[in-house]
Amino acid sequence: MEIVIHIVTVLVVLFVVLNIAAGLIWVERRLLALWQDRYGPNRVGPLGLMQVAADTIKLFFKEDWVPPFADKGVFILAPAIVMLTVLMSFTVLPFAPGMQITDLNIGLLFVLAMSSLGVYSVVLGGWSSDNKYSLLGGLRAAAQMLGYEVFMGLALMGVVLMAGSFSLRAIVDAQSKMWFIVPQFVGFVLFLIAGAAEMRRLPFDIPEAESELVAGFHSEYSGMKFGMFFVGEYVGVVLISALISILFLGGWHGPLLPPIVWFLIKMFAFIAFFILLRAGLPRPRFDQLMSWGWKIMLPLALANLLVTGAIVLAVK
Amino acid sequence: MAWLFYVAGAVAIIATLMMLTRLNAVHALLYLIVSLLAVAIVFFVIGAPFVAALEVIIYAGAIMVLFIFVVMMLNLGRRAIQIESAWLKPGMWVGPVILAAILIAEVAFLVAGPGGPKIGAEVVGPQEVGIQLFGPYLIGVELASFLLLGALVGAYHVGVAKVKEEHGNHSDESRAVAGGDFVRAGTDRPAGSP
Repeated sequence: MEIVIHIVTVLVVLFVVLNIAAGLIWVERRLLALWQDRYGPNRVGPLGLMQVAADTIKLFFKEDWVPPFADKGVFILAPAIVMLTVLMSFTVLPFAPGMQITDLNIGLLFVLAMSSLGVYSVVLGGWSSDNKYSLLGGLRAAAQMLGYEVFMGLALMGVVLMAGSFSLRAIVDAQSKMWFIVPQFVGFVLFLIAGAAEMRRLPFDIPEAESELVAGFHSEYSGMKFGMFFVGEYVGVVLISALISILFLGGWHGPLLPPIVWFLIKMFAFIAFFILLRAGLPRPRFDQLMSWGWKIMLPLALANLLVTGAIVLAVK
Repeated sequence: MAWLFYVAGAVAIIATLMMLTRLNAVHALLYLIVSLLAVAIVFFVIGAPFVAALEVIIYAGAIMVLFIFVVMMLNLGRRAIQIESAWLKPGMWVGPVILAAILIAEVAFLVAGPGGPKIGAEVVGPQEVGIQLFGPYLIGVELASFLLLGALVGAYHVGVAKVKEEHGNHSDESRAVAGGDFVRAGTDRPAGSP
């Protein structure tokens, strides 16, 4: 009986996450249109909602082409890695009391491990395409994601110090009195920026900068293999937004409304914020991005960790 | 849980053998990543979840990415594969096989002897690892940080020398890189303006 409940939980989480991610295609385009003073997709179905279905059907029926010069096995593996690593991270997220697939005692480290493995999808996709634009995109992605991953982990260690655990459930429980965004505001800002860079969202989508690299690492991809990269990015946005709500905004904690509703409100607020970032900010140059990461964000994350550690030690 | 240990161990061994025999450098690295992931599962099963997570984050997620990064930059083509296949002659296996056979004999001797602690009998959490690192193994941590500092200074030296070299050729671009100033936008402003 317990196994059946586990399997049902996994399927429900998978279903909801993939549907939110697909729905984001429409949400993002409508919100961008709103902020840029135009209409956005509004023809297919009520409010243009069926645009998601139209896009999905289009992707499924496009020719799924593998270039003859590509490294075939790796070329097919790359888009699978992006979906696999992002979806695996959802197994340790606590959505509400009792709504969690598994409570690993190294939950946060598991999420960081999966996000660091996610680099391979982009790097291998870029390399196996055997195309100079793809290769440049892959190189940029490797440098960018390695650089931003370092302080993404370090920014979270303040939260871990205060909660005294890597388990995400314990971290949410530790925030029942005060959300960690108050004592860990620096960590929050650092993680927000690192999360956007890790998921290659605009303004950090330098590996696929259309104006200089065609489509970067996925120039040679078509059909549903491209769709995997596309949906993987949206699932990544959902993941980072959910993580920020859990780590810094008290997860499901909140007055009156049921826990899961609070969680969804916080998560969607951050999804909207990431879309606003895309609408509002231009893309930086690559060397600006790298020096920003290594020279400003990394020292800030280290200082934050040092101060938090000293305070936690003094209070104890 | 014991069967998980044996499955992961078998995957690690097979993946490592595949890594050794691949001619294409990127394929070899991919098998090495699989091997590292399998070793992480082995660590997890025998009760070291923290080390397992670090194995994935640091070895599979960071160091191997750098390896692939370098291989991509070199962009080895078919010629590299031909050279590699010329090197992988049967004769070169003799030395490694003898050394590996000695190790296998040792492992067999140890396994045949009195049994060690049971798999997964004790779980070592992150706190215990930290206390050990900054207690009895402090000298190891300090030595590792010496090594990293040396590597950092060396990398800085190599990087700075490169930028100075470029300075004479096209001064504007190299200044943008060397300064690392993210506010000023490249060449579209006169020198000396904020």
